[in-house]
Amino acid sequence: MEFTTFVFYMFAALAVFAAVRVVTASNPVHAVLFLVLAFFNVAGLWLLLQAEFLAIALIMVYVGAVMVLFLFVVMMLDINVERVRKGFFGNLWLGGPIALAMVGEMAVMLGGKYFGAEAMPGLATAPDYSNTKELGRLLFTDYAYPFELASVILLVGIVAAVMLTLRHRKDVKHLDTARQLAVKAKDRLRIVKMATEKDLPAGEGE
Amino acid sequence: MLNQFVTPDLLPAAPEIFLLIMACLIMFADLVIGQVQRWILPALTVVTLAGCAVITYITMDGQVVLTFSNMFVDDLLADFLKLMLYVSVIAVVIYGRSYLVARNLDKAEYYLLVLFATLGMMVMISAAHFLTLYLGLELMSLSLYALVAIDRDSSRATEAAMKYFVLGALASGLLLYGMSMVYGATGTLEIGGIAQAIFHGDANKTILVFGLVFIVAGIAFKLGAVPFHMWVPDVYDGAPTAITLFIASAPKLAGFAMAMRLLVYGLFELADQWQLMLMMLAVLSIAVGNLAAIAQTSLKRMLAYSGISHMGFMLLALMSGIVGSQVDPFGTLNAYSSALYYVVAYVLMSLGSFGMILLLSRAGHEAENIEDFKGLNKRSPWFAVVMMMLMFSMAGVPFFVGFFAKFSVLLAAVKAGYVGVAVFAVMFSLVGAYYYLRVVKLMYFDAPTDNAPIVAPLDMRVLLSLNGLAIALFGVFPDSIMMLCTTAMMRSL
Repeated sequence: MEFTTFVFYMFAALAVFAAVRVVTASNPVHAVLFLVLAFFNVAGLWLLLQAEFLAIALIMVYVGAVMVLFLFVVMMLDINVERVRKGFFGNLWLGGPIALAMVGEMAVMLGGKYFGAEAMPGLATAPDYSNTKELGRLLFTDYAYPFELASVILLVGIVAAVMLTLRHRKDVKHLDTARQLAVKAKDRLRIVKMATEKDLPAGEGE
Repeated sequence: MLNQFVTPDLLPAAPEIFLLIMACLIMFADLVIGQVQRWILPALTVVTLAGCAVITYITMDGQVVLTFSNMFVDDLLADFLKLMLYVSVIAVVIYGRSYLVARNLDKAEYYLLVLFATLGMMVMISAAHFLTLYLGLELMSLSLYALVAIDRDSSRATEAAMKYFVLGALASGLLLYGMSMVYGATGTLEIGGIAQAIFHGDANKTILVFGLVFIVAGIAFKLGAVPFHMWVPDVYDGAPTAITLFIASAPKLAGFAMAMRLLVYGLFELADQWQLMLMMLAVLSIAVGNLAAIAQTSLKRMLAYSGISHMGFMLLALMSGIVGSQVDPFGTLNAYSSALYYVVAYVLMSLGSFGMILLLSRAGHEAENIEDFKGLNKRSPWFAVVMMMLMFSMAGVPFFVGFFAKFSVLLAAVKAGYVGVAVFAVMFSLVGAYYYLRVVKLMYFDAPTDNAPIVAPLDMRVLLSLNGLAIALFGVFPDSIMMLCTTAMMRSL
């Protein structure tokens, strides 16, 4: 067995194991950590496919940023695992066989016959080939339109997040510095004109 | 390498670019205008859509133009669908406004998300590449998920949004998986390139069919065809009615475009495979949709199930395109034009029906139950007539637009040799007529339970009346729209 083949099977087996544990782990923090493990192994697989940039981006963006944030959220939330898991295996008698059948069909399709190394030979590339440079070139030329669309989708994400979470509360006593600085004396001090008080007639005050 | 790149021609995508710029402007406009001049936002939205319509109409030349490195296609079919899309979204904004104002939901984000969803649908309609099709779909879907949850204090709406989001993500996954299989078999994501690769026999049929199953499942989910329909009644029922109106109308046009681009343009050579799958979906949708609609007491749920059966009819037309292995150009054209005609007719009827629910609802009252339509004739004879026309049209009573839509679909199915399926569809339409006519009976023969006067702004009353009249008018002159549909199909296939 070639060394790369060994590495491939190791990464693949670990990725599948980690993915199964994400679903079955009883502690949500463990589930998130297993997802991190799954991402690492998939990044390893991508490295084997010579997609170095994508592999590093996966680790930096998903593991480094998204999953760490996710971990914080999961730690903050008090998730009642027992309640979430109630009825988890209730539909297993139906879902299990269907899932097994799907896995079997996919194994037939994705096995060596159609997608093996003979059927899908890799591209021969020059030694100084940089796939980061190629990706960048494609993103800003041929794929400029989908690239822009992806940015619009992110914009929708921002708008939707603001809409769903921003609450204008009337009872919050927050300070608006600009308004504080712009205040004028007449806004705060009201000068009331009053008639001077008359002296009481003599003899009544005593 | 870089110097081989040609700057893309932006003109075919002018409506999309205009819409995006205007959406960004509306976002800023919301910061500038205060709480008082709220009418500016819907006005700007309608102006934007009207501007898009003008641009689309001016740049319409009947040629098939590809741009952005063959990722964007501008043909007559796209122009026609986009024009229908603008009309339906304008109707959505006008019908929904008073409902949203009464519930304090007419935020700027509503108009923004409606515009972004429209942009997504336009991208889907003009997609010539799997990637742009998928991105358009996600742009549309993400905006819709957020719109369903717009009333975030309502647990019903939030639950509907979650359900829609989770199932929608699953369907997107299925679609992507299918697309990746087709990519594996053909080595390209361009829809034209895929068709060529299959035609020249370069692609492995087994992998293609495997991918096709997932693609059809994804399309069926987005259209809401049985057995991928579970989300439809819950989302229609849980979402605020103004949002249901949007989900039930415009996305069907985009869903039709998606089915056309993927199946007819991309995987035409596999027609004998996907026609069988569509037949199953169509038969199940027509049966389940019509039977489940009978049992509903909520008009929104009833219309949801009726929408499922209507999508079944549309799929019936799509599957009648090719007979056996020989291609009869006239029959193919006829079948796809009928499908297009059916979608356009359905969108018109759906807009009108949900518009009627919005017309009768007011602050604190939803009017979403069939009971709420009792004695409508006594409260407003004219709108009872409009609702009657809508229900007759949906049921397929002759001389309304729905009748001719069903008729042309059935004709196409019979011509393609699916006589059994056509008879089956007619039988279930008769079952369907029961629950549509029940609404008419309640309006005319029962005493009203709710005597509150109908309060609705003038623009909504006028547009809803026009909507009802259009259904009657296109029913009397069905050829006018049919001609447009046929021309659009002929110049684009």
